[in-house]
Amino acid sequence: MAEVAKREPTTAAVNAGEAAALAPLVDIFETGDGITVQAEMPGVSKDRLNVQADRNGLLLEGDIVIDMPQGIEAVYADVRATRYRRSFNLSGELDTDRIEATLKDGVLTVHIPKRAEFTPRKIEVRVD
Amino acid sequence: MYGSFYGSFDGGAVNGLRQLESELDQILERWAPSTGIRSPGRGAFPPVNVGFTADRVDVYVFAAGLDPKSIDVTVQQNLLVLSGRRGIASDDTADYYRKERFEGEFRRVITLPDDVDVDKVAAKYRDGVLHVTVQRREAARPRQISVQ
Repeated sequence: MAEVAKREPTTAAVNAGEAAALAPLVDIFETGDGITVQAEMPGVSKDRLNVQADRNGLLLEGDIVIDMPQGIEAVYADVRATRYRRSFNLSGELDTDRIEATLKDGVLTVHIPKRAEFTPRKIEVRVD
Repeated sequence: MYGSFYGSFDGGAVNGLRQLESELDQILERWAPSTGIRSPGRGAFPPVNVGFTADRVDVYVFAAGLDPKSIDVTVQQNLLVLSGRRGIASDDTADYYRKERFEGEFRRVITLPDDVDVDKVAAKYRDGVLHVTVQRREAARPRQISVQ
């Protein structure tokens, strides 16, 4: 994508003086055992992906790498960046040590489980 | 100061954002080559990049999480039509905070140069990108003319 994208720098890139990054589109949902983030990162292979998490935040990053013939001239480009980057703040009940990430067909799925003491427990009511 | 603060409650901030967005569109438009007659607005699914070389046209379709068999790719004369449906399996028991990913039917039409050879189209899907190549006819390629 490098060349196709570089021909039309976005204003964000010009202003920031660095390569612009696209914010991948995400679905985020919560279940009893944790939070799942599904991010669209087409063009990113596993070895070009960086997922980082610590107590405060989750960072998703990836480089877009695409087969391009020599001397290609861009005539139209919806995607005008060569990488994705997006971050989220996390909350304390999430256990970042047990985070799981999978990448399939450009969709990154990150599951962050809740610490055991925060998972909802069904309380059985006894009738005496 | 208070004026602008209270102004934000009567839609001032929203209008400000809209204005910013339209200004941004204008700036982007200035960078971009002129808009294609069949191209949709910003944010359409799937995003597409198109590049030309002397002997072929390369179309990159950024369509993550699709079953390659569910994408319908057809070339009719100088039009490349991409269509299909993307379903996203969602968990009924989950509480959603964000749903930004596109779901449903999609269709995009890309105008190719007039010299493409409709019999020489190839498509492959990797890492969520569909890469379609369409060869151009020999006669249309620039030829080196030797001067006697």
